[in-house]
Amino acid sequence: MTNDSDTLLRISCLQTYFFMDQGTVKAVDGVDLILKRGRTLGIVGESGCGKSITARSILQIVDPPGRIVSGSILYRRAVSSNGTSQLGEEVDLAKMHPMGREIRQIRGKEISMIFQEPMTSFSSLYTIGNQIMENILLHQEVTKQQARERAIELLHQVGISRPKERIDEYPHQFSGGMRQRAMIAMAIACDPSLLIADEPTTALDVTTQAQILKLMRNMQERLGMALMLITHDLGVVAEMADDVAVMYLGRVVETADVDSIFHNPKHPYTQALLRSIPKVGRRARQRLDSIVGMVPDPFTRPSGCYFHPRCSAYMPNICNRITPTTVQVGEGHTVSCLLYNGATNHE
Amino acid sequence: MSLETPPLTPLPSQKPVAPGLPPVPSIPPAPSQAFEPESRILVASQWLLMWWKFKKHKLAMASAIIIILIYLVAIFVEPIAPYLPDTFNSRATYSPPQTIHFFHEGRFIGPFVYGMKQEIEPEALRRIFTPDKSVIYELGFFVKGAPYKMWGLIPSDIHLFGPKDPQAKVYLLGADRVGRDVLTRIIYGTRISMSIGLVGVAMSFIFGLTLGGISGYFGGTIDNLIQRVIEFIRSIPTIPLWMGLAAAVPSSWPSERIYFSITIILSFVGWTGLARVVRGRFLSLREEDFVLAARLDAVSEMRIIFRHMIPSFTSHIIAAITLAIPNMILAETALSFLGLGLQPPVVSWGVLLQEAQNIRAVATAPWLLIPALAVIITVLTLNFFGDGLRDAADPYGR
Amino acid sequence: MNNSPHPLSPKLLEVKHLKMHFPIRSGFLRRIKGYVRAVDDVSFAVREGETLSLVGESGCGKTTTGRCILRAYEPTSGDIYYQKADGTTVNLAALDRRELNPYRKEIRMIFQDPFSSLNPRMNVLDIVGEPLLVNAGLKGAKLEDRVAELLLKVGLRPEYMRRYPHAFSGGERQRIGIARALSLNPRLVVCDEAVSALDVSVRAQILNLLQDLQRDFNLTYLFIAHDLSVVEYISDRVAVMYVGKLVELAETEKLYLRPRHPYTEALLSAVPNPDPRLRNRRKEIVLEGDVADPSRPPSGCYFHPRCQYAQARCSQEEPELRDLGDEHFVACHFAEQLSLAGVPYE
Repeated sequence: MTNDSDTLLRISCLQTYFFMDQGTVKAVDGVDLILKRGRTLGIVGESGCGKSITARSILQIVDPPGRIVSGSILYRRAVSSNGTSQLGEEVDLAKMHPMGREIRQIRGKEISMIFQEPMTSFSSLYTIGNQIMENILLHQEVTKQQARERAIELLHQVGISRPKERIDEYPHQFSGGMRQRAMIAMAIACDPSLLIADEPTTALDVTTQAQILKLMRNMQERLGMALMLITHDLGVVAEMADDVAVMYLGRVVETADVDSIFHNPKHPYTQALLRSIPKVGRRARQRLDSIVGMVPDPFTRPSGCYFHPRCSAYMPNICNRITPTTVQVGEGHTVSCLLYNGATNHE
Repeated sequence: MSLETPPLTPLPSQKPVAPGLPPVPSIPPAPSQAFEPESRILVASQWLLMWWKFKKHKLAMASAIIIILIYLVAIFVEPIAPYLPDTFNSRATYSPPQTIHFFHEGRFIGPFVYGMKQEIEPEALRRIFTPDKSVIYELGFFVKGAPYKMWGLIPSDIHLFGPKDPQAKVYLLGADRVGRDVLTRIIYGTRISMSIGLVGVAMSFIFGLTLGGISGYFGGTIDNLIQRVIEFIRSIPTIPLWMGLAAAVPSSWPSERIYFSITIILSFVGWTGLARVVRGRFLSLREEDFVLAARLDAVSEMRIIFRHMIPSFTSHIIAAITLAIPNMILAETALSFLGLGLQPPVVSWGVLLQEAQNIRAVATAPWLLIPALAVIITVLTLNFFGDGLRDAADPYGR
Repeated sequence: MNNSPHPLSPKLLEVKHLKMHFPIRSGFLRRIKGYVRAVDDVSFAVREGETLSLVGESGCGKTTTGRCILRAYEPTSGDIYYQKADGTTVNLAALDRRELNPYRKEIRMIFQDPFSSLNPRMNVLDIVGEPLLVNAGLKGAKLEDRVAELLLKVGLRPEYMRRYPHAFSGGERQRIGIARALSLNPRLVVCDEAVSALDVSVRAQILNLLQDLQRDFNLTYLFIAHDLSVVEYISDRVAVMYVGKLVELAETEKLYLRPRHPYTEALLSAVPNPDPRLRNRRKEIVLEGDVADPSRPPSGCYFHPRCQYAQARCSQEEPELRDLGDEHFVACHFAEQLSLAGVPYE
């Protein structure tokens, strides 16, 4: 893999396709991503960009008719001995069977995921405590009583009041924000090294969102885990992420640290996206720059660079013919755009 | 080595068009693949989309073809059946089915059957039939046979297939207690059994649509009341209910009147299923934004119901009706089998199965159960077809 | 963006003491157990030519208010005064359905969900043409011409009028909805979360379109939204709602720069700013607890259980919406004393 002991997860050339009657949707079409231990990676993109599918591919929970077609997801397992966790072996998650033992040992224990809709993430037939304890008992050798105590402690950590009573309540008795907290509790129950959050606050009110984001930041600091935050909201990314990856139609178009993305974006899509969002506190209210056209239909993707029909820097006969490769344009800053290919070639 | 960022070429299309409007056509150029059926999809009405979705369901398509064939048989009963349903032959009682052969002593002479020799078995005094290879009855298409009047109007004597010799007695599916050809009777039964299904469902449809529509559209107390009535009716066990109602029908009535009474009895419970489907659809449609939008456009309630709501669930109704027909067929078959529905001389599959109630008869003449096969095939194919329709009913996938 | 209309612009719409209480029924006989006070004594005015936004979180009653104005719901009580083109005023809440019909042309709505607001079984011509057919009796070629004209106005090609909604993307469908809303030359348009369900890049297109249309056709917008950055961009004045009550109403810049209600302050501080350099710059106010239940609101000021400035008076007495001078309305007992943080302006 790499010499960098900080790298927790490395996704290379991931391709996840959906084979449907009308055709094949290349939901994830050659994605490269790196996640570092203890840092937050924000994945940003609009509908159809494949960010959720990428996350699901990591844990092998892509629904049929979708499946990982090629690529690798190298994950360095955590091994704790004497209470300190050390670097363990490196496994390729993409090669594991979705229902096999190997991936199930990792899911929920070393890599956890929380979802957008807190209501549908919990089974309404079992109490919240029951479901959290299930996660604990599956992965740890503890008694039921110990699991219960741990669950109460977790509920307390995520800010749910009166956890001793609320542990026996059902999901419908919790509000949206509290369910999301409970979901976070369930996800961190086994001290994962990576928490994947797929649009965790999109369905929440803005004040509740602020609470949940703060909670996630605290949890991350406390547990030292990496956070993969998937969202379409650039504001959330600016608040939470250390590194950012921008995706469009199944490909990563730009990755950088959060400051570079917002203040020195290189890809025309990133630039256009930043220009098109209203920002609070602009005294001179300039007209929003919209991106022309629409996100293309997933079955008929443009040739060459996917973004070229909408790109303000479109180079005829180049951008519609050649698929751009990823090039390095700065320290930890990569772009997938033909505007930059020429520059590095002349070196 | 510093990286030069090339200057951004100005937006080529921004100038002639007012801002806020997309300068490019709504569907992006995509010069790579022009998706041929795309343009058809865009202007396809809901029926066309339904048809395309339905076509993909192979089982439903095959079932549709079989059902069309069955209904063709039901329509053209008289020419298709080789004989008349009442022609009996006391010397051929319980005659077994005859196999169709094509080769006689090595030579190909076309389809034919061997004649039957009868012997009385000495121990049980039963008639035993063995093929007599000396007698050959050739079969053909469009042969002359017993005269009939198609639909009671058009006289003819051409049958779709049968023995070339009009006097020959050929029992392709055997003969019954009085020597009547089972195949002919099954074919004649098709018309009655299939049409009772349709008539019964038509009545259910009228009740179901009206009451379900009122229930779903108005909601509140009326809805509450109608739903409780529906639940009450559905909680009564059906077969005893039918038996009770059928027993009240005097057997002295002419067969057509009995036929209609039976259909009314069957739809007495059948309408409830349809009413619930209609109510469910109305309830969900009432909350749809586009219905609210129409109201806010000052569209009259009548127009909303007919222009917005009804087209939205027509396809569901068709699917529900199609799935209700096999229940009617089974119900009629059950009633007639129990002797409470149609009576001979009316020929339906249920009536035919009455003959098969006797265990001794079934043991010696199992071909009397073949009408049950006809019922099974019909019910299965209608169910598959209805399933296919129901899956295709909402092409917008919601 | 337009300049704020002069404060003495005539009031196009004035809502007074609007209440919408939904009964909660349960049991076999569907008895009424209680009420959800979705809109609880709300009063405000919309001036001609302006964009007034109603902002709040889930359950605050903003969507219900919009629907009450259009009489999609029958308000429990209250008055809705609408000024007609000739200058006279009519109380929409007092009219029956038939008398209301002529006003359906003048007050229109754009819906949130581009997928459910268009009948999937009708083509674009039918959808946009229906209000014209029903209200103006247009048919045939005349109808097609008018629909073509409307489609051009919203940036769609008229050739597409025979297509069905499934042929269009979310943003395009929203344009169709806008065309439908504009078909009868309205004066007031209620935009119910009109851009919330759209992708970020498409949102900008539709916002720009709405602004252009406002300028070209002298429209007045009541813009209902929950996204504060969108609201700041498009509004002249902003009204903040919480659990059925109006807590603050002021000109946009004043409200954002210096809010006077603690809830507004918390709301503004919760909006994530798309600039990582602003991460720790502003005062972070994270509210405790959840949004109050509109069927069982707290006593006194509905916000007091979550308010960090709450005093004894707040749990006993409900604050009135009052003018602090300069048309800045607040419903808080301590509005004058508090010094609240707004958004850092550039």
